[in-house]
Amino acid sequence: MCLAIPGKIVEIAPDNRDSALVDVVGVRRRIDLGLIQDDKPVPGDWVLIHVGFAMSKISEQDATDQMNTLRMLGEIDGAVQEVQGYGLEGAQQDPQEVGQEDLPEASQEKVQ
Amino acid sequence: MKFVDEFREPELISKAAEEIRHLAGTERHYCMMEVCGGHTHAIYRFGLKDILPENIELIHGPGCPVCVLPMGRIDDGLSIAQDENVIFAAFGDMMRVPGTLGSPLEHKARGMDVRIVYSPSDALKLARLNPEKHVMFFAIGFETTAPSTALTLMRAKAEGIRNFSVFCNHVTIIPAIRAILDSPDMRLDAFIGPGHVSTVIGCRPYEWIAKNAGKPIVISGFEPLDILQSVVMLLHQLKKGEAKVENQYKRVVPWEGNPAALRAMNEVFELRPYFEWRGLGFISQSALRLRDSYAQWDAEQRFSVPGIRVTDPKAAQCGEVLKGVLKPHQCKLFGRECTPERPVGALMVSSEGSCAAYFNYEHRKAMVTGLTSIA
Repeated sequence: MCLAIPGKIVEIAPDNRDSALVDVVGVRRRIDLGLIQDDKPVPGDWVLIHVGFAMSKISEQDATDQMNTLRMLGEIDGAVQEVQGYGLEGAQQDPQEVGQEDLPEASQEKVQ
Repeated sequence: MKFVDEFREPELISKAAEEIRHLAGTERHYCMMEVCGGHTHAIYRFGLKDILPENIELIHGPGCPVCVLPMGRIDDGLSIAQDENVIFAAFGDMMRVPGTLGSPLEHKARGMDVRIVYSPSDALKLARLNPEKHVMFFAIGFETTAPSTALTLMRAKAEGIRNFSVFCNHVTIIPAIRAILDSPDMRLDAFIGPGHVSTVIGCRPYEWIAKNAGKPIVISGFEPLDILQSVVMLLHQLKKGEAKVENQYKRVVPWEGNPAALRAMNEVFELRPYFEWRGLGFISQSALRLRDSYAQWDAEQRFSVPGIRVTDPKAAQCGEVLKGVLKPHQCKLFGRECTPERPVGALMVSSEGSCAAYFNYEHRKAMVTGLTSIA
């Protein structure tokens, strides 16, 4: 709840500019952009998410750092569980499967 | 220094630790409070106490919203949901927090309609999906979650959704710091300011701490290096006799905060004259309630709320631990009557509470070391 989750904007909903599809370590859910309306993100941007709402735009490096912080704090499973729950959807991915290898998508792209 | 190798930037960590040692010297003792529960969690998890010299003492502050929520508020929220037409929706963090007659989860086992939501907007979605029911969202958190509750209420109003309300327990961090500073047994030299709360409120609201209380404050990130760098910045200020607000977490925290989030909060919420904090007592203007223009969505106005007050057992010394007068393990109940499994006091309730963090890391570590040395 208090630690932010980094996510990458995949798509802005065509019918609702305040709704975006976001990717968090491979889990894709809709989040609300209404609280960063002064500086709207575009697909490819990274945001920090609190309880289903983007709270700030951040750099890709900061997103990777924040994901590492969550990992070091042992909070990755909790973060993934939270994101999976957005939109009242049930858990569709076993949190145990999310391990050390699951870096944010962009950092894998960078390696490639 | 044994944990240093486990970090991502061991050289930078060693360098920061060396600088802290140099700046701190040996002549005086420094007490620094990290306000945010996330920092408390990080400090224990990373074993930063073992990296810092002995004359730098980190005091764990009130920044865990679950911990500081009085038990009576949980009882009040659950009493509304005794009505079989009401769905009680709350974050997962709340589900195991005990009320007088059990936690929300235990009430669910007894037949109450209790749902976990991960976002306030999902509580509103529940209301859309269940038009024959009333959905009450049990809102909790500092300024990291309050704007989301506010925007959700704005959407409910705009859409005219009537079967939705919020039982508001949102609190604000600045008055809690002020209450700690006003307390006669206060012995703090400086503050490590919260990171993600500050993305919303910015750095300006902390200026009175520096100006009026004469205490330096550095807004900090959550990585081990962030926290150590913040300690370095605080020591520089203390050595020079300065007291100002500095931002170590510039990469994420803008000085002005998030204006859109602040606008949403201002549209929906106003300050309560006073609110009770578990462990700290009543603090004036320290919590939010819905404005009259949102009365239809305010659970406290729509339903009759018993206004239950539950006093913590006198033996629990949460207030003293919060103010840094006692260490968690110096409380008479710590680890005996009061454990994370059966919390008596506020700070044992959530993993971000200082007593629970101490119990989970330090206490268990000491027990393992003790057992090994016996063997």
